Amino acid sequence: MLTRRIIPCLDVIRGRVTKGVRFQNNVDLGDPVEIARRYYEDGCDELVVYDITASAERRATDLAMVARVARAVRIPFAVGGGISSVADMARALAAGAEKVSVNSLAVQRPEVIAEGARAFGSQCVVLGMDPVATADRARCPSGYEITVRGFRERTGLDAVVWARRAVELGAGEIVVNSVDADGTRQGFELTVTRRIAEAVPVPVVASGGAGCARHLRDAFVEAGADAAIVAGILHTGLTTIPALKAELAEMGVAVRR
Amino acid sequence: MIAIVDYRAGNLTSVRLALEELGRESVVTSDPAEIAAAERVIFPGVGAAGAAMKNLAELGLIETLRRAVAGGTPFLGICLGMQILFERSEEDGGVAALGLLPGAVVRFRPDNPRDKIPHMGWNRVRFIRPHPVFDGLPAEGFFYFVHSYYAAPAIPEHALGLTDYAGVEFCSIAGAGNVIATQFHIEKSGPLGLRMLDAFARWDGRGAPAGARPC
Repeated sequence: MLTRRIIPCLDVIRGRVTKGVRFQNNVDLGDPVEIARRYYEDGCDELVVYDITASAERRATDLAMVARVARAVRIPFAVGGGISSVADMARALAAGAEKVSVNSLAVQRPEVIAEGARAFGSQCVVLGMDPVATADRARCPSGYEITVRGFRERTGLDAVVWARRAVELGAGEIVVNSVDADGTRQGFELTVTRRIAEAVPVPVVASGGAGCARHLRDAFVEAGADAAIVAGILHTGLTTIPALKAELAEMGVAVRR
Repeated sequence: MIAIVDYRAGNLTSVRLALEELGRESVVTSDPAEIAAAERVIFPGVGAAGAAMKNLAELGLIETLRRAVAGGTPFLGICLGMQILFERSEEDGGVAALGLLPGAVVRFRPDNPRDKIPHMGWNRVRFIRPHPVFDGLPAEGFFYFVHSYYAAPAIPEHALGLTDYAGVEFCSIAGAGNVIATQFHIEKSGPLGLRMLDAFARWDGRGAPAGARPC
């Protein structure tokens, strides 16, 4: 039985893990390497490290930080932020990341997905997307529109159309980070997660809104997510990975313990 | 010294870092002489079988790997590096592989669309025969997989570990003589994977199940 993955997400700004709501009011939470190691020792299944200001600052990913995280953990981790070319991907993978995540820059230039998949295999290329609910069904029949640049810009692109296109190009996994749910701790946005999970044959990761184990269970069981990203509730010590996994196991969800 | 074979088939950094954590010296190399001189060989790999075989041929490594195995060097295949130890793979329209273990590599064919391909994530491995590389570990444990094809050994005794996915019970660890191979990423499988890697780094290449010899 393939287990459902719990993936802590580290948003890094200038070498420090931070947490904000909708990319605002960021609070310093500590050193990414120490935090990554702690979650690894606690039994997280994977990690994702976003260099969240790299794109906005028009610079490449902080590779020194990626290499330090790689040294600290013996599980796969994905790197996002500042990845805009195959050369960027190659550097992040050589620094020890298992996967690279592309988001805004892939909307601008979708071919980067195909180029990455050809060079390193689909399993290395993760598409991150930030959909927001929209009433404009003419433009976005799924009811969800892709935003870019940290939710600041709407694109007019339908979330399901974009997910399908990304998988055709070679994306091996899709992280669905709901703009509406991000940072709320009120649960994942199940509808958009399910729409994407039903539309594509690759694993889908629910992101944004995790508040408790029940929310993860709903993402896995109700929305069909293969994995879930958790951030704030771990960073603030509200819960731990072993506690989440124990509760999920009690709810009948297969987890690695 | 442990040689990590570099044949342009994926990321070798994590194997090197895992050995570094264990305090084991390793070298990432495409040099036949360096591989031939190594005390142990790790043969990783990510990607497609066809391209991998082509790269091995271009780098002049096919004979090097055969000799290392024939000479008794403890040899660890990982992921694609496990698959191409077998005789042939269905991938890329059919590929003749190294043939160091009898059997073929086939694709998952799930009936249930929920069983996504690639098989990606943590799944249970049951150790079904004793082996020095997983001696002392619990009878089963979770390991990290990323693959769309799996090896079907022709000799049942070569299957040392089994895993269930997409309606099949497939061979997730194979071994014979001085060769052991894991479909999962031993180097990314947390503390359990690290323990196996440590045991491999100490293994003398003997003590595999009786009757299990490479072809």
